[in-house]
Amino acid sequence: MAECHPVGFQWVMEAKARGAKIVHIDPRFTRTSALADLHVPLRAGTDIAFLGGIVHYVLSQEKYFREYVLNYTNAATILTQDYADTEDLDGVFAGLDTEHRVYDYRAWQYEGMEVQAASGERDLAYDDRPGDAGASVRQAARGEAHGSGGADVGTGTPRRDETLTHPRCVFQVLKHHFARYTPELVEQVCGVPADVFGRVCELLTENSGRDRTSALVYSVGWTQHTVGVQYVRTASILQTLLGNIGRPGGGILALRGHASIQGSTDIPTLFDLLPGYIPMPHAHSSEDLESFVQAESVRSGFWANMRAYTVSLLKAWWGEAATAETDFCFDYLPRLTGSHSTYETVLAQLAGDCKGYFLLGENPAVGSANGRMQRLAMANLDWLVVRDFSLIESATWWLDGPEIESGELRTEDIRTEVFFMPAAAHTEKSGSFTNTQRMLQWHHTAVEPAGDARSELWFTYHLGRKIREKLGRGPGSADEMNRPVLDLTWDYPTSGRTAEPDSEAVLAEINGWDADGKPLSAYTQLAGDGSTACGCWIYCGCYADGVNQAARRKPGREQSWVAPEWGWAWPANRRVLYNRASADPDGKPWSERKALIWWDQDTGSWTGHDIPDFVPDRAPSYRPPDDATGVDAISGIDPFIMQADGKAWLFAPAGLTDGPLPTHYEPQDSPFRNLLYGQQRNPVRQVTVFRNKHNRLQPSGDEPGSDVFPYVTTTYRLTEHHTAGGMSRFLPYLSELQPEFFCEVSPQLAAERGLEHLGWATIVSARAAIEARVLVTERIRPLTVQGRTLHQVGLPYHWGSNGCTTGDSANDLTALSLDPNVHIQEVKAFACDIRPGRRPRGPARLELVRQYQARAGITDQTGMGL
Amino acid sequence: MSVRTWIESWPAYRQLTTADRTGRGPAAKSAATARLTPRIATADQVVKSVCPYCAVGCGQNVYVSNDRVTQIEGDPDSPVSRGRLCPKGSASLQLTTGDARLHRVLYRSPGGTRWESLDLETAMDMIADRVIEARRQGWQWDVDGVRTRRTLGFASLGGATLDNEENYLIKKLFTALGAIQVENQARI
Repeated sequence: MAECHPVGFQWVMEAKARGAKIVHIDPRFTRTSALADLHVPLRAGTDIAFLGGIVHYVLSQEKYFREYVLNYTNAATILTQDYADTEDLDGVFAGLDTEHRVYDYRAWQYEGMEVQAASGERDLAYDDRPGDAGASVRQAARGEAHGSGGADVGTGTPRRDETLTHPRCVFQVLKHHFARYTPELVEQVCGVPADVFGRVCELLTENSGRDRTSALVYSVGWTQHTVGVQYVRTASILQTLLGNIGRPGGGILALRGHASIQGSTDIPTLFDLLPGYIPMPHAHSSEDLESFVQAESVRSGFWANMRAYTVSLLKAWWGEAATAETDFCFDYLPRLTGSHSTYETVLAQLAGDCKGYFLLGENPAVGSANGRMQRLAMANLDWLVVRDFSLIESATWWLDGPEIESGELRTEDIRTEVFFMPAAAHTEKSGSFTNTQRMLQWHHTAVEPAGDARSELWFTYHLGRKIREKLGRGPGSADEMNRPVLDLTWDYPTSGRTAEPDSEAVLAEINGWDADGKPLSAYTQLAGDGSTACGCWIYCGCYADGVNQAARRKPGREQSWVAPEWGWAWPANRRVLYNRASADPDGKPWSERKALIWWDQDTGSWTGHDIPDFVPDRAPSYRPPDDATGVDAISGIDPFIMQADGKAWLFAPAGLTDGPLPTHYEPQDSPFRNLLYGQQRNPVRQVTVFRNKHNRLQPSGDEPGSDVFPYVTTTYRLTEHHTAGGMSRFLPYLSELQPEFFCEVSPQLAAERGLEHLGWATIVSARAAIEARVLVTERIRPLTVQGRTLHQVGLPYHWGSNGCTTGDSANDLTALSLDPNVHIQEVKAFACDIRPGRRPRGPARLELVRQYQARAGITDQTGMGL
Repeated sequence: MSVRTWIESWPAYRQLTTADRTGRGPAAKSAATARLTPRIATADQVVKSVCPYCAVGCGQNVYVSNDRVTQIEGDPDSPVSRGRLCPKGSASLQLTTGDARLHRVLYRSPGGTRWESLDLETAMDMIADRVIEARRQGWQWDVDGVRTRRTLGFASLGGATLDNEENYLIKKLFTALGAIQVENQARI
């Protein structure tokens, strides 16, 4: 955190000054470790074993917050008899279809009831997986069954055992699941000595409970894995058991790495989402708005109002064309038939199906996994538009990329047309960023951009205007294919020399308006009858009263510690989500020290320092009648109002594609076998689709050839550079501060492999060979894993061939093997070899990789097994 | 200038007669130094902004003189950052006004071995034509007999450094065009 979010780290230091203990768990010793009370290096790729070990400690030592767990989680809920755990099935859950590599999530249900995930993958399985359509629907999640006319969302209440002793209650299942995650196992798997691990357990549990809370902070070190989602799930189980969610000083805090990466998930440029986490529709026969809503909404909680959110979005996009008669233009939405993530897009480019590509402030030639495949795919395009500040590697691979140097590609043979369009900076346009705390902050235009530089707002608006003009002329105007784009609301006011669209007008549309055009102030006003329009329901209220709430800047020192009048946080300007959990079941704060919101009996409403994340007048004593639906079904002790049952899910009965509980699996490429189960890797990771000669995988564990890649590699960032370098490597100041690509190795590894400090090393995987300057440092410590010494290699991934400082790209080494829930790549843990000296030049570079592949016996089958 | 003022202007004199005995504070200050003011003091305008790098969201004050950005500093009012910026945030002035930025459209033709210049308006028209063409080539009314109403003809990647309003328009336009391969750093 001190490395990559240094200014946010000041608050950690404030806490430390007031007595907080800081524990840093990371393969490397960083600036964070230097300021922490305890640094715990572990083997990259083993955090589920580590966190699972803490869960085991909490359960076996009875350190959980019983009253919180009993009332606010699904610990007491009893599961279906069909459920079987990884403990029973040697590393897989009930419901695995080994042929198609998918789970039937119905084996994970609550007894007598089916529950659908509140967000995430509600439309689970109808996709490009092999098998007949009927099988797809049977394997599908709840939403799919409904879209095909299946049973209604479960009625009645799930069975509970308040004593938490029923063998099939979630609490007991959890205990059983993590029973073997002992300190001794953690030591064997993670390389963390049992006494150090015990210290972490003590520190965390001592600081959790009624009077104290602990926070977990993570970044992509937890997410960029084939089990990335389950890493974070383990953290949520732990924090929920300890009562650390919805309370001040608690939580699981994702530190995101780009100014508006949170915003670009909320208002997504993502293939599977519409604004506000409404899923993109999948293709089904005779799907209409009603069947989509039926399939995707849940019976109780705020997701029950899915129709209102969806219709309001369709009204915002298609205005007058979106009426009840036209099914609000639901048919105008394109449909998915599986995953269309950026990595499948690379395959579509290599196959020639995808002919044009926009890169909007993105440098996949350096920043995406398997950089070689990224560049080779771009070389197969008809056209490429790169919008950025400078000539990043993704704009110049055809001229001077590594494949030109190696002779694989010849500039003259590459047919791709490339447009470089200079982008406007944040000082040259107005708009909002959503920071890592879900807070929107407005930045104002200081000056107009010079020359041809333009904002994305300008580019998108004027591109749309031109396309609409071209399609609207002549016979095309009557073409049904063009109706969605011609009927689109696209009339934003522009101003200035460049005719820049008014970003506040766009914000106003995102916020939404009523039938009279009056700005809405809360998403609870949204209606499903077409009387409201709203571009992103969770952002409704950011332009309440026609005032740009994101531009509010009352100085922090002039307001409370919650600072509610600086910017605007979604939803409804709440700063701590699920903060009903900060009070006990009766509505009183768990302790005065940790008070955030509470029930005021006199006014009959919730009040406090933050805006209550609960039905404002819902008394703690309220219990819904059995037939209640939607918001009415939220009980007075259901803090998790977006969940179908109002409870935090220790066990996820739906919504995840790879299991209801986190399980330790080894990374795709690992020098170690899975000590816990016969199942080596996540059985449903997304990998077979990426079988490709440019994406060869490595033998793992005991497989022959695994010893060819004996070291574990992890990639990371440095304080002085930014992601793929487009905003840092081209700046002299930052380039002077971190002038060269390097690899971090321990003195022991340096001795073992003859690496010299400040000399060169070549790092090799089954995908590529790259070179880096050697940094011999005790910041990376050898670990003892499964009885043998493990060396790890650290690689910052910022570099490429352009800019003030140049170097090879770490991502050329990485492979495409993805988490099945969110399709994120595994680049935080993989196996490599390292050798002294510079890498070969020209075709010899590829030859070296081929030699490694041959020595390890790598074929197109390697690493592809279940 | 009186003799007294003249003598008092000597650093050595001030070092001996004031509390600054080591001569590393006010005693060493020359009249020229005393007249200096920070470039932010004379700015025409202070524009409120947010750091464009990571997602902490530090407040920035952007100082503008004669329609040029002259300095970018941390905003002490921000309850997020209390005026601090990290090395990257502190380099925002160089990011936005430095030599590395290009301000003209560049074009590389199929098989071309160098960049050529291209007029912005022409480039926009060419891109619009290519989108229309690729969209049509990759169009799929249905897949396996089920309606899809989409195109695989073009894709987009990016947006995590962009504004919400920009992402909103990108998603809106590309979805209306039937594109589904619309992706973001948030995946990566």
